[in-house]
Amino acid sequence: MDAILFYVFAALALAGALLVIGQRNPIYSAFSLIVVFCSLSGIYGLLGSPFIATLQIVVYAGAIMVLFLFVLMLLNVKKEEPHQVTSPWLKASALVLCLLLVFQAGTVLLRAPTWPASVPFDASTRSMAHQLFSPHFLYAFEATSVLILAALVGAVALAKKEL
Amino acid sequence: MPDAAPLVWWQELGAKAAIALVVFGANFLTFVNMTWVERRVLAFMQFRLGPNRVGPFGLLQPWADAIKLLFKEEVMPAAASKGAYLAAPVVAITAAFMALAVIPYGPPFPLFGRMWQIQVADLGVGILYIFAITSLGVYGVVMAGWSANNKWGLLGSLRSSAQMFSYELSLGLSWVGLILTAGSFRINDIIANQAGWFWNWNVFMQPLAFLVYFIAACAEVARTPFDLPEGESELVAGFHTEYSSMSFGLMQIAEYVNMITVSVLAANLFLGGWNSGIPGLPSEAPWGFVWFFAKVGLVLFVFIWLRGTLPRFRYDQLMHFGWKVLIPMAVLSIVVTAAKEVVFPRVSVFR
Repeated sequence: MDAILFYVFAALALAGALLVIGQRNPIYSAFSLIVVFCSLSGIYGLLGSPFIATLQIVVYAGAIMVLFLFVLMLLNVKKEEPHQVTSPWLKASALVLCLLLVFQAGTVLLRAPTWPASVPFDASTRSMAHQLFSPHFLYAFEATSVLILAALVGAVALAKKEL
Repeated sequence: MPDAAPLVWWQELGAKAAIALVVFGANFLTFVNMTWVERRVLAFMQFRLGPNRVGPFGLLQPWADAIKLLFKEEVMPAAASKGAYLAAPVVAITAAFMALAVIPYGPPFPLFGRMWQIQVADLGVGILYIFAITSLGVYGVVMAGWSANNKWGLLGSLRSSAQMFSYELSLGLSWVGLILTAGSFRINDIIANQAGWFWNWNVFMQPLAFLVYFIAACAEVARTPFDLPEGESELVAGFHTEYSSMSFGLMQIAEYVNMITVSVLAANLFLGGWNSGIPGLPSEAPWGFVWFFAKVGLVLFVFIWLRGTLPRFRYDQLMHFGWKVLIPMAVLSIVVTAAKEVVFPRVSVFR
């Protein structure tokens, strides 16, 4: 049952991801990205962490994508016209990069000695909180929040020069 | 009551399906009658009579409206983005009904020798799940307004996405205090935390959080002082300007179901759920339902009352209020609750 659900979510995520880059219309790309986030959340749920699954939806599908859509609609981004390929090297370099990516992915997959089916990790909310606020991660956790705050202040300072 | 033998998987599935059907049906019937109640109550507040022709007291008016909507012609704007236009009402209503899955309706009751509760899934992260699903609901509105290729619709969606985004923060922050005192995200645990005398209810323990929750919920479901996404005097009908027939009907259902959801949540999270509030009065099965539905009805009535009383916000006032008043209030409430939890851990001040 879990395996079937995993393949359903994985297929949805892959199809959504392909649609994100395949769409000419940026708004539809954004909608496809929401589908990707929701399928990923389903996979997190299957892995036994409903907490991370819901956070994935709250943060990415809920908050960030609403902001994306807001900006896209506010700027009224038009459909992209297909570009005229000017350089003859464009297609060749794309092919080379593609092969490089396949090579890299292949090496990683072949070199990986064992593929852990499931890592023994208690993903409940309580243990997550204990982990995050343990001496191991506390510094990194707090530093990240300060970093985000700095980015926020920076964005406001850039947008409003005469504040 | 000792639990009987564990359910086989198909029994469990059947039971869950039956509960889901009950929740769906109850919400749908509440929606149908709420449209009538709202029109009648608003009418009385304005010294009118309201719909009183179809059936006794006009009770059959919603059904007549439903039949009318079903038989109306569906008109789609020629320049609409077809896929998003058709998907929008589906997204809106799916999100609205998905949120119902983790809400408990009333106390556990015995039936066929075991205990049942009208709750589809008692999720450990219940309150977070609701937060996640309500944040998805806005996409129905956004898609509807954008895809119809109508200026009013687009403006309505823009307002809607900005409004939801701003007020979702305060909505989530207003729940943090409850999670702190109950020590759990599970809605049943938060209700159990409010047992005993009525001053244990979160509305009395954390009045500021309740105020923030109620205002933010009002904004989330775009009810009157916050119904800017469909402000009819400026935007015709906002995001659903171009919707007709049953796709318009679906939008309306989604809106009302959202309103019922936040009312049920207010009753469960802040008004003590099915607890009577007085230790002598029973909170168990038959009586618990009475207290619970009375509280839900009260909150729903306040929503209508607000609509009959308050004028609409201006857009800049809305943003100012959301970011500079409501969020600081929510943070203050969290700080006070957290300090109280440190000084008197797990013990209510009055108990």
